Amino acid sequence: MQPRQDHSPASEHGGEREQYLTFNLSGELFAIGILSIREIIEYAHLTQVPMMPRYIRGVINLRGSVVPVVDLLARFGQGLTEPKRRTCVVIVEVDSEDGIQQLGVLVDAVNEVLEIPATDVEPPPSFGVHIRNEFIRGMGKIGERFVILLDVSRTFSVDELAGLASVAAGEPDTLAA
Amino acid sequence: MDIDQAIPTFLLEARELLEQMEDGLLQIENGAGDGETVNAIFRAAHTIKGSAGIFGFDEVVGFTHTVENVLDRVRSNELTIDRPLAELLLASGDHIGTLLQRVADKVHGHDPVVNAIGHDLLGQLARFTTASTLPVPVAATANVAPAAPPAMESGSDSAVTGNWHISLRFSREVLQHGMDPLSFIRYLGSLGDIEGIVTLQDALPALGELDPEACYLGFEISLKSEASHADIDGAFDFVRDDATIHILPPHSPLQAYADMLAALSPEPAALGETLLRCGTLEAAELEQALTPAPVEMTALVPVIAAPAAQPCVQPETTLSVIAETSTPAATGKPARDSGRAKTLRVDADKLDKLINLVGELVIAGASANMIAGQLKARRMLEATATMARLIEEVRDSTLNLRMVQIGETFNRFQRVVRDVARDLGKDIRLVINGAETELDKTMVEKIGDPLMHLVRNAMDHGIEAAEVRVARGKPAQGTIRLDARHDSGGVLIEVSDDGNGLNRERILKKAIEKGLVGPQQNLSDEDVYKLIFAPGFSTAEQLSNISGRGVGMDVVKKNIEALHGSIEIDSVEGQGSTMRIRLPLTLAIIDGFLVGVGDASFVIPLDQVIECIKLPAVEQRTDPRRDYINQRGQILPYTRLRDALDLPAGTGGRHTDRNLVVVQYGGKRAGLVVDSLHGEIQTVIKPLGRVFSRVQGISGSTILGSGAVALILDIPRLLQQVIDRAAA
Repeated sequence: MQPRQDHSPASEHGGEREQYLTFNLSGELFAIGILSIREIIEYAHLTQVPMMPRYIRGVINLRGSVVPVVDLLARFGQGLTEPKRRTCVVIVEVDSEDGIQQLGVLVDAVNEVLEIPATDVEPPPSFGVHIRNEFIRGMGKIGERFVILLDVSRTFSVDELAGLASVAAGEPDTLAA
Repeated sequence: MDIDQAIPTFLLEARELLEQMEDGLLQIENGAGDGETVNAIFRAAHTIKGSAGIFGFDEVVGFTHTVENVLDRVRSNELTIDRPLAELLLASGDHIGTLLQRVADKVHGHDPVVNAIGHDLLGQLARFTTASTLPVPVAATANVAPAAPPAMESGSDSAVTGNWHISLRFSREVLQHGMDPLSFIRYLGSLGDIEGIVTLQDALPALGELDPEACYLGFEISLKSEASHADIDGAFDFVRDDATIHILPPHSPLQAYADMLAALSPEPAALGETLLRCGTLEAAELEQALTPAPVEMTALVPVIAAPAAQPCVQPETTLSVIAETSTPAATGKPARDSGRAKTLRVDADKLDKLINLVGELVIAGASANMIAGQLKARRMLEATATMARLIEEVRDSTLNLRMVQIGETFNRFQRVVRDVARDLGKDIRLVINGAETELDKTMVEKIGDPLMHLVRNAMDHGIEAAEVRVARGKPAQGTIRLDARHDSGGVLIEVSDDGNGLNRERILKKAIEKGLVGPQQNLSDEDVYKLIFAPGFSTAEQLSNISGRGVGMDVVKKNIEALHGSIEIDSVEGQGSTMRIRLPLTLAIIDGFLVGVGDASFVIPLDQVIECIKLPAVEQRTDPRRDYINQRGQILPYTRLRDALDLPAGTGGRHTDRNLVVVQYGGKRAGLVVDSLHGEIQTVIKPLGRVFSRVQGISGSTILGSGAVALILDIPRLLQQVIDRAAA
C-alpha cells in the first residue's frame, strides 16, 4: 500500500502528519494510526473462548503466540461481523499493565495507508456517529469524505475488554448502524 | 571494558561463595568438616575480598579481610571452629551478604544499623585475630621487621625503609583480559598507604605504533602497610598471568633490590632511579645495591615464594616473589577454573526464547507432517517423521536446559533448621535425600516458600520438646527429613518429621468450632487432615513467631496448586507426619488429554483424568433432571462440557455427547460429557493473557499440530462453577 501524498508538507505544528490505515466496517470508513499496527493477516480459523463478552470473538495462533481477536462491530454494539471474502484481522499493539498486548481486530476490508495532517483532523461531533464518543480521537478529512480516527488505547483497553474495568462495556447490539 | 558491567557477575559469584561458606561452616559445626572444608571456607572469603577489591568496594573488602584473617588462623591450626566461633562466622557471612546487597542496591553512604552490626562483629572477630603466641599474618611485618636485620647473613646492609616495595609490569594484553591496572593499585590503597608511586612509560612506543588496547605501563610502588605478604600478594591474584610482580618486604636486604632491578631491566642503574623517586631507597643505598657483591649473587638468586600458609616472615629466603609461583590454596583459582569448565551461565530470557521457538518448531513440524499425509507423499512422510522425532529430541533437551537440582534449595534449610531450632530451644537435625533430583528452575524458585512454611511448621508444631520425646522413648534429637525423587513423570517432595503427628481430635474440634464441618459428619483421617488447608485454620493454641498465624497452610496449598501440583498429608499420631508434594517437572509443558466438543478442542490435564467411558445411550438425551450415572455402584455426577462452558449449540461438528471423561479434583470425581476423544498429547502451554483473566475454568491454551488453538481446562474451577450454578 502506497502512502498517498496530499496537502502541503509541514504544517505550522511541524511534522504533525500522522499516517493512518483506513478500513471498512459495515459500510463506514475508519482509521487507526499505523504506529499501533503491527501487521495485517488473513482471517482464518479462530478458536472461541467461552464465557467472554461477544465482542471477543476468540483467539488465533499468530506464529506461536495466542492472540485475542476483537470484533470491532460488536465492540461498537452493532452486531457481529460476518466473515466475508475480504475480511481481515488487523494486529494492533496496546499498552496494558502486563506490558504490550497484541490484539487482533476483525474488519470487513482494509483500504490504504494515508497521511492526514493534524490540521485536517476535526473533533468528533457531539452526536450522529453511532459509536461511543470516547472511542473517537477525531474525524479526519480526506477530500470530500470523513474518516473516523479511532482512539486505540480506549477502544482496545485491555482492562475493559477483560471486563476488569467498572465501565459497562457492551451496549445493546441491536442499535442500528 | 566497562568494569561496571561485571558487577552483576561479581555479586552472583560472591553470593554463591557465601553459600559455600555457610554450608562449610554448618558442616564443621555438625562435626562433618575436615581440613578441606576449612580451606574451602577460607578460599571463599579470600575470593570475595579479592574481587570486591577490584571493584573498589572498600566496605566489603575491609570486613571480609578481618573474617579472612580469622579463617587463616583456623587454617593454620591456631584456632578451631567451635560453636561460638561458628556462630560468629555465620553472622559475619550474613553481614557480608548485607554489604553485598548494599552494593547491589547501589546504596552509598552510611547506614547506622549496618555499621553498628559490622562494628560489633569486627569487635568480636578481633578477639580471634590477636590473642596468639604465634605470628599472625596481620602482625607479621611488625613482628618480623625488627628481627630481620640480625638475621642477615650476607653482610650487606638492608634498606632503611619500613615500606613494602612492589614492582609491577603489566603485560600488553592485560586490558584485553578485562583487567584495569588502576583497580589493583586502588586495592593496594585499601591495604595501606601508597607513599610513593612511579609510572614507567619507557615501554611506550611512538604514537603511530601505539595500540590503544594494549597496556605499556609499569609501576614502582612504595607501600606503607601492616598487611602480610600473602595479603599484598593476594591483591594480584587476578593478574598473576598478565603481569610480572615483585614484592619486597620492608627492610629487605639491598641485594634483593639489586636482584629485582637486574631481573627487570638490562640497565639496573637506570631503573634504580625510579626506586629513588618513589622513595624506597636512598641514593647511597642504591649505589651500594648496584655495586656487585660477587659471592652472594648466586646464592641469593631469587625466585621461590614462601608457601602462602607461612607468609613471608624470613626475608633471607623470600627475596622476591615471581608471578607464576603463587600457591593454589591462597588464590582459589584452580577450583574456580574447573567449576567454570563444566557450567555456563545463560540469561534465563534467552532460554525462554529458545524454548518458545522450539515450541513453534514442534507445531510447524506437525503441520508439515499433516500436509505430507494429505498429499499422500510417502517419501515426504518418511522425511517429516524423521524430522518430527528429531524435533522432539531437541525439545526435550531444550527443556532439560531449564532443569536444576533441588539441592540448592534444600541446603538453604540447613541454616533455617539450625536457627529456628535454637530459637525454639529444641534439638533438631535436618536430613536431606535426593538433593540431585532435577526440576524446572521456575518450580525450584517457587517451591522454596511453601517448603519453608512446612519445615517451620514441622519444627514448631511437630517436633516435641526434648523431655517429652525422651519420655515417649524417642531420641532427644528431633529429625526433619527433606526427600525428593522422580515419581511417575513428576517430582515427589516429602517433608517429614518424627514428632507429634497431627491430632485428629484437636483438628476436628477446631473445624467444628469454625463451622468448617458439622459435628455429626463422619470423616476419614485423611479428610480430617485436609481441614488444616482450610483458610484461616490454625490449631496452635499459642501463637509463636515461627508459625501459627493461621495464614499458612491454605497459602501453601494454593501456591502448590498454582504450580499444577498437589499436597497430601500422612500422619501417625505420636510418630510424626509427612507432607507429600507432587509437582510436574516443568510449567512449560503439559501432558494433556485432548477432547472435542463440536469443532472446538479442549485439553484436560492428564493427571486429572481417571478414565474414559461411553455414556450409556439412555443418558444421551438431555434430561435436565438427572445428571448422574451409577458407575460400579457409586454415584458419578456429570456435566456436559458444552453446558459448563456455555458453548453455543450450533458450532458445527456432530453432537454425539457420547463420551464421558471421568476426572478427579480435590479428592472428588465427576464426569465431563464430550463429543469426541482425541487421545493424549504433550504440548507447550501458552498463557492466555490479561484479556482473559476473568475467564473461569480455562487455565491457558496450547497450539495443536494443525495450528489451531486449543484451550486447557482448569477442572477444579470449572466444576466449582457448575456447583455454584446448581446451587443458585
